[in-house]
Amino acid sequence: MAHIFAGLSTSHVPAIGAAIDLGKTTQAYWQPLFAGYEFAKEWIKEARPDVVILIYNDHASAFSLELIPTFALGCAAEFPSADEGWGPRPVPVVKGHPELAAHLAQSLILDEFDLTIVNKMDVDHGLTVPLSLVYGQPREWPCRVIPLAVNVIQYPPPTGNRCLKLGKAIRRAVESYPEDLRVMVFGTGGMSHQLQGPRAGLINKEFDNRFMDFVIDAPEKAAAIKPVEYLREAGSEGIELVMWLIMRGALHERVRCIKRFYHVPASNTAVGHLILENEGKA
Amino acid sequence: MRGPQDYDDIPGTTVFDAERSRQGYWLNQFCMSLMNAANRSAFKADEAGYLNNWAMTREQRQAVLDRDWNRMIKLGGNIYFLAKIFSSDGKSFQHVAAIMTDSTQEAYAQMMIAGGRPAAGNRYQSEWDAKRTTDPKAGR
Repeated sequence: MAHIFAGLSTSHVPAIGAAIDLGKTTQAYWQPLFAGYEFAKEWIKEARPDVVILIYNDHASAFSLELIPTFALGCAAEFPSADEGWGPRPVPVVKGHPELAAHLAQSLILDEFDLTIVNKMDVDHGLTVPLSLVYGQPREWPCRVIPLAVNVIQYPPPTGNRCLKLGKAIRRAVESYPEDLRVMVFGTGGMSHQLQGPRAGLINKEFDNRFMDFVIDAPEKAAAIKPVEYLREAGSEGIELVMWLIMRGALHERVRCIKRFYHVPASNTAVGHLILENEGKA
Repeated sequence: MRGPQDYDDIPGTTVFDAERSRQGYWLNQFCMSLMNAANRSAFKADEAGYLNNWAMTREQRQAVLDRDWNRMIKLGGNIYFLAKIFSSDGKSFQHVAAIMTDSTQEAYAQMMIAGGRPAAGNRYQSEWDAKRTTDPKAGR
């Protein structure tokens, strides 16, 4: 049987991808940030997930305003790196897991999560930056990836509560897949940041750290945070944090936090990162 | 028509909700067209002419020509779409952030390195209004 053994959360700031691609990771500005991911890079070599279900959002790359799916599940065999205006990131093509993705689609819809099924999609920095942070610059990504794109661009995104429940349904779906697969869920985006208007540059360390406390030990408290509270406290783009709750919902009720990292800034954004391992039976 | 929303009192923030998305549809779709190199060249060669091909309002076209980012946002533009314009201009996000926040790029970058704009004093419009009565540039 397939099973989810751990979750990882991280910000997916585009400038982090550019720093990796342009070889700037040891510069004074970037070094403290990348130091925070050294643990993950070592840990993943042992953990070796077969499949990563990667929760992220598209940034007007694959989806314009013509189509705005709240949850879009990538069911294709391959997902090319999107050209976001300055050429695609020089990263390996992302290989999907169409069989598990098809199973997820069927199981989740019968479990009353009406996902959009996507059979052709370019993936932007929201998906590839987390892979680069964890795997560095390999010739091939060492795992299969099932993208789950969440609309957080047009308000409202799904609520945190809905995201937590979707995570639980993803766990049920994975555990009903007959093949033996080690699966991880990445929840990406955040932390506090605002990219628009006269309040641009907002950072809220207290909110971010309380959110991480909640995600680890009291996910239902994180799920109760209202959309307006994310906007006010974490900035208009900080509402991306709801995506962390899909990852958390897919894990056991009790988890062990084996890595926690927080850093300000990466460009205009507060960066947060967790690795959570399942504890106990459920 | 858009009724009052619980996020209307967040200062300096225009939430890209369904109504603003409707209002800004063609402005944002114009921005998407700049993902294509041939379209970028056509836009750069004749900005006003290129904009006339899109069903945008006169105010939206003028805001694009003026690179008035806050105005574009007020008229339904979303920052991830507007990014296609400033990327075509060869400008960075921090260049635009400095304009939006009535700052300089250096001061804005320094603010971020120093920990960003704090939440304290920046949660409610009333907090900005109170500061403005003593200093017209406060709360920016």
